[in-house]
Amino acid sequence: MSDKQVLVPVLTANWGQDQSWKLAQYERTGGYRALKTALKRTPEDVLTEVKDSQLRGRGGAGFPTGTKWSFVPKDLNPKYLVVNGDESEPGTCKDMPLLMASPHTLVEGVIISSYAIGVAKAFSYIRGEALHPIRRVRAAVEEAYQAGYLGKNILGSGYDLDIVVHAGAGAYICGEETALLNSLEGRRGQPRLRPPFPAVAGLYALPTVINNVESIATVPAIITRGKDWFLSLGTEKSKGVTIYSLSGHVKRPGQYEAPLSVTFRELFDLAGGIRDGHHLKFFTAGGSSTGILTEEAIDVTMDYESLLKVGSQLGTKAMQIFDETTSVVRTCLRWVEFYKHESCGKCTPCREGTWWLVQLLKRFEAGQAQEGDLEKLLSVADEINGVSFCPLAAGAVTCVTTAVKHFRSEFEAGYNTPAWELLPYERSTAWATPAVEGAAK
Amino acid sequence: MTDQAIAPNPDLVTVTIDGIDVAVPKGTLVIRAAEEAGIAIPRFCDHPLLDPAGACRQCVVEIPDAGNGRGFPMPQASCTTVAAQGMQVKTAATSEKARAAQEGILELLLINHPLDCPICDKGGECPLQNQAVANGRLQGRYEGVKRKFPTPLRLSPQLLLDRERCVFCQRCTRFAEQIAGDDLISLTERGAKSQVGFYGNAPFTSYFAGNVVQICPVGALTSEAYRFSARPFDLVSTVTTCDGCAAGCQLRADHRHGQVKRRQAGDLPAVNEEWSCDRGRFGFVSGRGDDRVTTPLVRKDGELVPASWPEALEAAAAGLAKAGSQTGVLTGGRLTREAAAAYAAFARQTLGTEDIDCRARALSAEETAVVPTAPAVLNASPVTYADLEQAKHVVLVGFEPEDEAPIVFLRLRKAVRKNKLQVTALAPYRSLGSKKLSATVVPTAPGQEAAALAGLDLDADTIVLGGERLAASPGALAALAGVAAKGARWAWLPRRPGEIGAIQAGAFPVAGRDTLAQLAALQSGELQALVIAGVELADLPDPAAAAAALDQALFVVSLETRLSDAAHRADVVFPVALLEETAGTFVNWEGRALPVAQVLSRTRSPMTDIRVLQALAEALGRPGTVPTDSPTRAAAPRTVSVETAPTPAPTPQGALVLATHRELLDDSRLLDGEPALIASARPIVARLNPATAKAAGIEPGDRVTLSTEAGVPGVTFDALIDPTVADGVVWAPARARGFNLAAAGLAAGRPVAIAKEVAA
Repeated sequence: MSDKQVLVPVLTANWGQDQSWKLAQYERTGGYRALKTALKRTPEDVLTEVKDSQLRGRGGAGFPTGTKWSFVPKDLNPKYLVVNGDESEPGTCKDMPLLMASPHTLVEGVIISSYAIGVAKAFSYIRGEALHPIRRVRAAVEEAYQAGYLGKNILGSGYDLDIVVHAGAGAYICGEETALLNSLEGRRGQPRLRPPFPAVAGLYALPTVINNVESIATVPAIITRGKDWFLSLGTEKSKGVTIYSLSGHVKRPGQYEAPLSVTFRELFDLAGGIRDGHHLKFFTAGGSSTGILTEEAIDVTMDYESLLKVGSQLGTKAMQIFDETTSVVRTCLRWVEFYKHESCGKCTPCREGTWWLVQLLKRFEAGQAQEGDLEKLLSVADEINGVSFCPLAAGAVTCVTTAVKHFRSEFEAGYNTPAWELLPYERSTAWATPAVEGAAK
Repeated sequence: MTDQAIAPNPDLVTVTIDGIDVAVPKGTLVIRAAEEAGIAIPRFCDHPLLDPAGACRQCVVEIPDAGNGRGFPMPQASCTTVAAQGMQVKTAATSEKARAAQEGILELLLINHPLDCPICDKGGECPLQNQAVANGRLQGRYEGVKRKFPTPLRLSPQLLLDRERCVFCQRCTRFAEQIAGDDLISLTERGAKSQVGFYGNAPFTSYFAGNVVQICPVGALTSEAYRFSARPFDLVSTVTTCDGCAAGCQLRADHRHGQVKRRQAGDLPAVNEEWSCDRGRFGFVSGRGDDRVTTPLVRKDGELVPASWPEALEAAAAGLAKAGSQTGVLTGGRLTREAAAAYAAFARQTLGTEDIDCRARALSAEETAVVPTAPAVLNASPVTYADLEQAKHVVLVGFEPEDEAPIVFLRLRKAVRKNKLQVTALAPYRSLGSKKLSATVVPTAPGQEAAALAGLDLDADTIVLGGERLAASPGALAALAGVAAKGARWAWLPRRPGEIGAIQAGAFPVAGRDTLAQLAALQSGELQALVIAGVELADLPDPAAAAAALDQALFVVSLETRLSDAAHRADVVFPVALLEETAGTFVNWEGRALPVAQVLSRTRSPMTDIRVLQALAEALGRPGTVPTDSPTRAAAPRTVSVETAPTPAPTPQGALVLATHRELLDDSRLLDGEPALIASARPIVARLNPATAKAAGIEPGDRVTLSTEAGVPGVTFDALIDPTVADGVVWAPARARGFNLAAAGLAAGRPVAIAKEVAA
């Protein structure tokens, strides 16, 4: 009941249907109707509709999608649309289920967006490890070609479009748009210097629009239901609906689609709250790189602006939720290890800084931190912060600084006590029941 | 004077750095603007000739106002930030934020650095060391584990990489990709495991690879030639000019203990910018072998034996006096202009002969007529490097810049990358250099250059560069000079560093016999004696005939640094100073006079050519005929008209024609003693197109023998079937280990027979 009020399934509406990834099923539930509508309108008209809907990028930065589209020169060809499906932030799992359950939503979004921007070739760059979603998207693209939604003269409109589905080679950094372009061109996945911005010189040095999977997948709904519907949802500056991913120590982890006016508490309650016998310790709002929040922030509205105010970001709307059994030192170390592993190595602070942070955090975890190590940890984080080439290193820094900010004493315990003694790790496994816990005691 | 305000220059922006206003052209990076103001900002990845990378982050500065009233909350990399009007910049000198950030980056750069400065070649001239002292913390705080790599990694026969020292500035990989176009090295792995490595499987055998040793801001890249041989603070540096080719690069020769330890590219923006090729950088030890001539030698009973200077001078004077004006003078193309002028004076004033020539290679009467009219020789608005950089269209004819003037190649490549220069190559095949210049190749068989040039649309925006090989192509040099009639500009590029200076100095047959005519006259007895200096007989079109001519001559005086084929045939040999032991001037292909400095001044240095010639003149009873500082006099140009230029000799129908030139690294005696350099030479292959290969039954992997006609002995190569080779043409390098096409009678533009080598 309350679920109905909070949840507004749009992108996720068809996920539960039988063979929802097949074209026939997608069409049965209104699929490709938005495309037909769009093709009857002028590209400018479609672009204006999306721009006026105030749709903002769902990949983390929150840049207005329609505005991004209008940056590419109209009369300069060729130009490209690139869909960023390199979802790999810890905790983030919204694009992969979408591509698994309803790849045609993305394909339809790509066609409409490409039509609006005026591109004849679009690329879908999907994380290489996500083999099954890649297969689903490839199959969907193939079906769309056969149905005349792709290729020459789409639905008799005179508009031509080809989609290339490209599998990445396994690097978090390739979710950064310019590193993605390098990777797509077959080069080393390292971020590029800006300017020139991709809208001026992107893929193969041609004007390029890069959008997140979810941003593009939202476009058909905007075309079908109109910008006013979209504007009626969300907050003043964060419009529409989006997919929130909840994971960790909640009873019902998963994807929850709601307007951007939803609060963390509402989503947390929908997920059933913390597993029985435990309580919330800390959570991320938008993936590990947005840092951690505690119960104090439980009533925060999950939109772009409100999260900035509490020192976090909406990011990829990935809420990792941890109960009181969790060692924040261990969690922080695992995250920073991830960033160290995924650093592309281009710039000094990220390459060397994450290397150092991991070594320091391991000493805290093992209870072997030396006098002054906490100050050193924060100082090294400060040396990295803000001077790296791209925001990857900032993610690692935010993990550390927010963790120390909220749980300083737990780090201080690391001068004497190993984290696994302070908070035995087996208790924090998601499937540990109170009974097991009792037995452990 | 009215007190009108000075109008602001619309092409300049004024940026304030540490309170100092600097006006810089639009588009200037903040780090460059700071240099203009004399403000030091530490940096590693930044290099003014490479595209910005923003990788090391060492150069971060605070920008409280970007010129639009808003500032950046965090420090910004000054090597990637473009100066804007009204921008406020605070470097570490005035901003605590910038100072702390720079200190932090340095600390991070050092955590994985081995700190092995005491055994590192770079120690003492190391940007990491210097900046760590100037901008770093007094004490490091890192107590963790350092990254380890097996060391060194051999990138090429010449280059070694100590990965532990690397700071990942990417200068080497960017140089390889952007400047040289040889992207054979690349960053590999990622994150903390990042390392410089091979892009594919090929070693980094670029002609320009040595530059990365010089621009490496740490000691990660070292050369086999110099590694562990000196400390920078013990070296004495001398700025001089390279003797490797006619490009005229400024070099810095560093010596210790009376020996040049290394040569580095100098900083001469008008010529080589800050680059040099490996031939110039590493090829300087050939004078150190056992064959160095250290005392005069006089032939007694058929043997050359050491003699005193007075004895040798007396013997030489006696022989030359007997021959009188029936003496030829060959100077080779490697002398300074001053030395060439001394030979010219010695020939004309002392001996009274007009038979003097600086060319030790294929030549022609047409060349003798055309070359003195070259703008660079006359110093009449010659084409310059800057002109090449700004040109719209450059035509290469009989000229492979990467092999024949590597720095010209780099400038052309820069123009192609930055200024959209179009390059057209009239060449027998599409070379690696042509590929890297994105050149349009007009397949041209040797001998057909004049016709190919006539077929091009040339205008005032075109520069035509012709190489010395054109001498062997009838009509080609006349056609080269003839492009001026269409408004195009032209330049002639000899390979040897002293030829243009020698022509200017008069060591050129204005009214006398050229090199080949002198040799013929010696053979026939019309000439009796020869003074020969710095000529390799193997460089001549017919080495055997040249040797026979020397054997036939009544009297030969050789002035040499090393015992050569010519010296072995001489009656008197005088030792002369190496180039590094002498001072003078080289005139490069632009006609630019460049100083050659005396690097070594050991008391036991042999005398210079000029001094020996003066002593000889005295011994001949003609003192004062060879002045110490001879005035240069240009050879009077002969007139030549394109109409009367000789027409190419027709090649027999269906016959194959040989195309050839000497590659940059071959068996040149100047490269002796530097095996790592020679090992970096390109694979030795003969190139033929698929049709030619098919007709001869040659398949990939086969070996092919080239000879003057079927059945006679020739030279055998690995066959490379290359579809870009012009029809009816076979290309092979002129020289390399163990062979000389000329010795087998093979020459560019002449018929060649090919046969599949049958395994014995």
